Amino acid sequence: MRIYALCVYIFLYTPIAIIALFSFSAGRSASQFEGFSTKWYGRALNNPFVMDALGNSLLVAFVSATLASILGTLAAVGLQGIRGPARAFFDALIYIAVMIPGIVIGIATLIALVTVFDLVNPWLAAIWSEADRAPALSMGIGSLIAAHTMFTLALVIIIIRARLASLEGALSEASADLYATPLGTFRQVTLPLIAPAILAGFLLSFTFSFDDFIIAFFVAGSETTLPIYIFSSIRRGITPEVNAIGTMVMVASLILLVIAQIILRRGNKARR
Amino acid sequence: MTQRARNWLLVAPAGAWLIVMLVLPLSVVFVFSFGERAPSGGYVPAFTFEQYANLPARLTAFQNTLILAPLGTLAALLIAYPLAYQLAVRTSEKWKTLLLVLVIVPFWTSILIRSYAWIYILGGRGIPALLENFGLDDVRLIYTPFAVLIGIVYGYLPLMVFPIYVALDRLDKRLLEASADLGARPMTTFFRVTLPMSVSGIATGCMLVFILLMGEFLIPALLGGGKVFFVGNALVDLFLQSRNWAYGSAVAMMLIIIMLVTVTIYMRLIAKLNVQRDDVALM
Repeated sequence: MRIYALCVYIFLYTPIAIIALFSFSAGRSASQFEGFSTKWYGRALNNPFVMDALGNSLLVAFVSATLASILGTLAAVGLQGIRGPARAFFDALIYIAVMIPGIVIGIATLIALVTVFDLVNPWLAAIWSEADRAPALSMGIGSLIAAHTMFTLALVIIIIRARLASLEGALSEASADLYATPLGTFRQVTLPLIAPAILAGFLLSFTFSFDDFIIAFFVAGSETTLPIYIFSSIRRGITPEVNAIGTMVMVASLILLVIAQIILRRGNKARR
Repeated sequence: MTQRARNWLLVAPAGAWLIVMLVLPLSVVFVFSFGERAPSGGYVPAFTFEQYANLPARLTAFQNTLILAPLGTLAALLIAYPLAYQLAVRTSEKWKTLLLVLVIVPFWTSILIRSYAWIYILGGRGIPALLENFGLDDVRLIYTPFAVLIGIVYGYLPLMVFPIYVALDRLDKRLLEASADLGARPMTTFFRVTLPMSVSGIATGCMLVFILLMGEFLIPALLGGGKVFFVGNALVDLFLQSRNWAYGSAVAMMLIIIMLVTVTIYMRLIAKLNVQRDDVALM
């Protein structure tokens, strides 16, 4: 039994170890280890395309995770007091958002936005004073943020609702009995109690958005994110530089995960 | 402001976002699936079932998906269960958390990077080179259904281990002792006590993995080498290469319908087994 578990761990970590190992190879060849070197890390960090893609990824992940956390928290709190068909409709929306494959969300968003832009752009040009300088809507960072926010919003709502469900309604009732305004109750009672869940939702959303390739592949237009850059690099052949980027991304995700865990632990301890 | 109005105000922004970015795009796909391809690519409005009638042209993609997704789910389950069992039942409290985190860590690192690592392992200089030492020449692993299956199991194993672990961890260990005290052999205890009590975890894990596999694109693209392609790959091809939006929409609709049907049947079956679904949090 123990040996079995060990084998599974070896299975889980061998590919990761190989990527990390080959990122330190001195040679150009990605399949032969030719001495230890960290030069590919330097190359990656000095590559303007990589840095541009990284910047886009960080921006999209941060903005969409922030939006999803704020809108998701409000919705989760509001949904507590809503029953009936409206509630069922909203639950169905969240269910669909999680159920539908990312690839379908990607293509659907692509064709819907392109269609909408085709309708809106001539109209924008018509009302603009200098017709040739009229702003034109197009796929890019904006559409990417909008699509990621939709997807992560559903996750945030699910996480926060699970936390809200485990809280006692008596607390907010007591607060109301003590003449706290609804906003006061939210700020002083509910919010501190669900804060760890909001943070967990934020970090989860950030990681999902940062790692997402499939939705971004369709929705990012001519912009590049880090996963898109990595994917197109692999297509041209694996290089130690790609391995270096991959290793850095994995380490960064790990650090985020550890931070999230620590925060969640603290939140759980404080509650007890 | 009444309580009711306030609740609605809180829910409205999220609701609007979901309607604009989810309901609207899916409705567009639905409408486009009845349309026609514009000569230069894209879409012209029409009302025809031609696209749906043409679906058999992409039969291979549907076949690959519908064979490899359940197979991958099953393989992941068979590998995950003993590990989850070992972690939940046989491991001391001290080590449990650490070992569980070690299972989840790969899941939180980019699936793109983890998948392409297998190009190394399965490619010419990887396992085939090792096998050559044993006299097995010309073993081809990469760009085969086997490679895709490995990638699938590898990618989604953590997602399977976690819910099963949660179910087994909740199991009252005294039940296992009681079963042994009553003279049941270990195998009997496993099949009559442990397994039935972990069905909820199995159900959750299988559903999570299966849903994600149905829309898979990356793993077949990287490890299938254009030979073992899924519906996801057909969609990328139709929308980005041949720009046939109407036909692509019909393929997407078909994928959604198959998913809804299989998941609904599956959930009915599970409900019949009288099991409650666990809500899984991977954090």
